[in-house]
Order: sequence, then C-alpha cells, then structure tokens
Amino acid sequence: MATELFNSFMTGPDEKGRFGDFGGRFVSETLMPLILELEAQYEHAKTDDSFWAEMHDLWTHYVGRPSPMYHAERLTEHLGGAKVYMKRDELNHTGAHKINNVLGQIILARRMGKTRIIAETGAGQHGVATATVCAKFGLKCVVYMGAHDVERQAPNVFRMRLLGAEVVPVTSGRGTLKDAMNDALRDWVTNVRDTFYCIGTVAGPHPYPAMVRDFQAIIGKEAKEQMMEAEGRLPDTIIAAIGGGSNAMGLFFPFLDDTSVNIIGVEAGGKGVNQKMEHCASLTGGRPGVLHGNRTYLLQDDDGQILEGFSISAGLDYPGIGPEHAWLHEIGRAQYVAITDKEALEAFQLCCEKEGIIPALEPSHALAHVMKIAPTLPKDHIICMNMCGRGDKDIFTVAKHLGFDMKI
Amino acid sequence: MTRIDDTFAKLKAANKKAFVTYVMAGDPNYETSLEVVKGLPAAGVDIIELGLPFTDPMADGSTIQLAGQRALEAGMTLEKTLQLARDFRTTDDTTPIVLMGYYNPIYNRGVDQFLQDAKEAGIDGMIVVDLPPEEDDELCIPAQKAGLNFIRLATPTTDEKRLPKVLENTSGFVYYVSITGITGAAEAQASDVAPEVARIKSQTDLPIIVGFGIKTPETAEAIASVADGTVVGSAIVSLLENGKSVTEVLAFVKSLADGAHRA
Repeated sequence: MATELFNSFMTGPDEKGRFGDFGGRFVSETLMPLILELEAQYEHAKTDDSFWAEMHDLWTHYVGRPSPMYHAERLTEHLGGAKVYMKRDELNHTGAHKINNVLGQIILARRMGKTRIIAETGAGQHGVATATVCAKFGLKCVVYMGAHDVERQAPNVFRMRLLGAEVVPVTSGRGTLKDAMNDALRDWVTNVRDTFYCIGTVAGPHPYPAMVRDFQAIIGKEAKEQMMEAEGRLPDTIIAAIGGGSNAMGLFFPFLDDTSVNIIGVEAGGKGVNQKMEHCASLTGGRPGVLHGNRTYLLQDDDGQILEGFSISAGLDYPGIGPEHAWLHEIGRAQYVAITDKEALEAFQLCCEKEGIIPALEPSHALAHVMKIAPTLPKDHIICMNMCGRGDKDIFTVAKHLGFDMKI
Repeated sequence: MTRIDDTFAKLKAANKKAFVTYVMAGDPNYETSLEVVKGLPAAGVDIIELGLPFTDPMADGSTIQLAGQRALEAGMTLEKTLQLARDFRTTDDTTPIVLMGYYNPIYNRGVDQFLQDAKEAGIDGMIVVDLPPEEDDELCIPAQKAGLNFIRLATPTTDEKRLPKVLENTSGFVYYVSITGITGAAEAQASDVAPEVARIKSQTDLPIIVGFGIKTPETAEAIASVADGTVVGSAIVSLLENGKSVTEVLAFVKSLADGAHRA
C-alpha cells in the first residue's frame, strides 16, 4: 500500500442515516417530514456555540457534571487482577445517564417551538429524566410506559406523576417497552404540529441514533480526560451495559479511534442465551431486521415477527439495539457479550458490599463482566466501566429475588 | 398493466369511483378470513387490501393491531398470507390484491424471494407503511422491476416540496391518508380532503384513493365524491372483532360499497 489512509470509526452515519447497512429512516410518510425537520434543526444546533453553552451550563449546575471517575480499590483487590475504575454517571440528577440526552433534546424542542413532549420508558429512568426537564422548563409531558413495567417500577411512576407528567400505561401488544415505543410513535403521528418525541436511546429513525449518541458522548469525553489525569494514559478496556445502548454509545464513541482501547458491550442474557429466547441479547442471539425506524439486530421469529425479550432489568428489556452497535459488532470494533440475570444479581451484591455503591441492575450486567475478566488480567491493565445508574429503583426487584420480605 | 391498472381503466370507462377494503389476512383464522375475502368482490369491492400481520404495527390503531394479534395467534404467517391470495385466485382472477403491512416480515424472507412468491401468488401491488421514498432501494425499485405496483401513502404532512419525491416511484394509485394519525381514529372530512386531492392531482395522472377515518356509507360517499375512490378498513375489521358472522360483515361491506359507488 502506497499511502495508508486512516479510516475513522467516528464519521457515521452517512447522509442516509446509515452506519454501514444499519440505521436508516424506516417510518411512515406522515413522520418523514418531521424527522427531516428534526435533522435540519439538529445539524444547525450541533455547530451552534450557544446551544452547547446552554447544555454545558445545565450539565454543570443542574445535572452535576462532570461525574467522578472512581477507582474501585476494594473491588480491584477482591478480583485480584486488573485495576477497576467506575465512571459514576449514577450520581447525576435523577440517578442515571438518561438526563444527559434529555437536556439536549428538550433544548432542541424549545428552539423548534414545540410545547408538548412525549417519551417512552422501560425502567422509568428516561421517563423520570424527561418529566424532570419538562417540569424545569414548564412543558407538557406525556410518558408511555408498558403496563407490565408500570407495575414493576411503581416508584418511578410516582416520581413522574409528582413531576407533573402524564403516565400512560400501554396495554397494546404485550405491554412492554417496545409497545410503549409503538404508542409514542402513534401519538407523534397524530400530534405532528406541537409535539416533540424525546427518544431515550440510540435507536429509532435517523437522526435519533446519532443525536442521542452525541448528547451522551459527554460520558466518554470526560472519561478520557479523567483517565489521563488519574493514570496518564487511556484505559485498556472500557465496558458498558446495553439495552438500546445509549450509555454504552456515550462511553464508547470518543474512544472508537483509539484502537488500543478494547471495547466491550454487555447485553442482558436473562435466563441464558438459548433457543427459548429468554433474554434480551439482540446481537448475541438475534439477527438483522427493521423495527422502530431503523435496521438493526432484533429478536425475531422465523416469520420476522418481533419477540419479547426477557431480563431481570426493565431497562435492558428491549428486543433491538442501536444501529451503531450493530455496525460496531459487524466490523469487529467492539465486542458484545451476554450476562445472565443470576450473574448480574451477584455483581449487584458484590458492589454493595465492597464499594458501598448500590448499582442499578443495568450496570450490574457490565460489572458482572468486569468480575469475569478482571481476575484474568494483569494488575497494570486498566478497566473503566460505566456505572450508568443507581439501584434505588431496583431494590424491590432484588429483594424479591433474594427472598427478602420488604413489608417488614 | 397489472390488475390494478385494468380495474381503474374499467371504472373510469363506467364513470365509477373505486371502493377499496382492507381486511387482515387470517383474522380471526385462516378459513373465516378466506371466506370474507372471497365474498368481497360480490359485495362490490373493486380492490382488496390484504393486511400482512405484524407484531408491531406502529401506524395502526388498536382495531387493526388486535386483528393482527388474532391472526398471529391463529398461526398466520407471511407464507400463509400468500397462500390465502393463491386460494382466492382459484375463484377470482380479476380483482386486484394489494398486500399492506410492514417491512420486517418481507425483509426477513428476502426481497427477491418475496417478490417472486408474491407475483406467483397473484398479488398485484403492495403498500409498505414503513418504507418512505428515502428507502426506495429496499423494496420499491425491485418491486417495480418485478412488475408489481408499489403504492405510496401521501399525507397531510407531505408538503409541496416533498410531494414530487413521494409520487416519483409510485405506481397503481396514490393512497392519500386523510388525517394525521393512525388507522381507525378521527373521522375524515370531505371538505379537508378535497383541496388535498386536487393538489396531488395537479402533479400526477395516477388515481387518488383516500383512506383513514372512513367508517360509514355516508362518509364513503362523501370522500369518494372528491377523489377517485375510498378505502375502509378498521370499521370492517371491528365487526370481526365483535364476533359478527361472515354474512353480516359482507352485508356491511355492501352498504359501504353502495355508498362509495353512489359518488
């Protein structure tokens, strides 16, 4: 080769909203003009200093960024191998990384003159973040949540209502996150003039996967600087949990071109990735298809019908995954693994005991993989995992699994 | 020329408006569904839209969604939907069938395989809700090449600038969505629809058929009178939902067809 051009992993998506073969704009005609308008507005805002100034001001004073980079000493010692750091995004206002993205979309919605915000939510963290920012700006907020999730995430439902949001339990389909997304899309197609659809993950039609990633990339940007400060070098491995994949994409994106950094995404393996599909591991156990506006890996049957996932964690309970992850998987830049409910529960408990941090069940999956690989790695190997949410919302679920009676 | 083109030529010669119905393939089960579909032409239906069941019909209201669930629970698949078309063709070789649904089951089968099978099954065209012009390379262009019509939806949000793009690779007819919203929701208003149909007509020679929000013979007549025809779906499907007999369903279809044909 005469000249070797450096191919960046950070240039996607292309003008059709594709990451390789994944992504795109698979929506009905009614929505098409809306997403084109959103794309134009986002492209404009992205290069507007005043937009980012407003974001940074709120990230600092409202969210509490930058989130700390924490050396988990006792966990490192316990595992006896690699040095483990945690990016503490669970310390954000509202308790998870979700608010990073919501702020961006709501500021954009305000610029577009939209007065009504809709969102879908699974575990309720994105719904709570959306309700929070809507309360702050005095916007009407409607959150679609699967009836099944309304039941298992009752504290978050109450939080959203306290914050003035209308929570609509979705009974259509099977009443889970994917059905909540369907109903949010139905709302949007009906209320096209005044409504902004605030999607909570790096999925959906273009420009959502890119836009949400860009808002979440603050996680990776900070992590990079903080690792340089703490260790004088980049980490060797970065790890994050994946449902739709927004916290992972946020951590991964700024590291994509640092090829010395090993990138691992952790999917929800539920009861185990097997023929019975009792898991949510779209990359490990699914295949490409088209749903919710994008082509990506999906859990589906032989006829192309979408299957329900299964996970102890409502936040990972989605049969798809962001298209950029599907692309990173296919080109091999990132590695994707699955962790079972049981392994995640063990990691949850270990983190409580060793670090005094009650993690959400979502990052417990990432932590479980850290527990698997850290002992096999040398002491100078640095792992940075994304502690993307706190576990307050999950204590009822965990108590049930551990056989602890909460009524006492 | 597909059966769709032939049908519109005949309707035009007779100075009649088209009456189009949507039913979900396999709702509530294969046998009943086939009986309904076979009875539609005699009830006055000019074009049959055959719903392809999908678990996540994001542009449909609860009536169509539940119909899809009933069909899937009764074991319906894309293959059986094509079989239903084949069975229908044993008794009727003139009434056009338009397959209407979402892309994933088709993508899952493989586009080339699907087009070959659909054509052999006697399908004339398709409406795939989640394939806008921006994704024409996926199925629209291959379908046209295979000699099947690809019918596109135009909506109240399709503005002047965008309309040529929507019309560009459309064939058979244009399906104008009367409202911003989902199937089976708000009632369509002829006064809102008329100027929109005129706007689209100024840019295409294709027939304009109007659907969404048409539930009664009166509305069917009013809407058909300002367009080239009208589609009714949810109102018919809801009769099956409520356990009505095939005879009752077809009697209602006939009343709607008579309404549309009065226009």
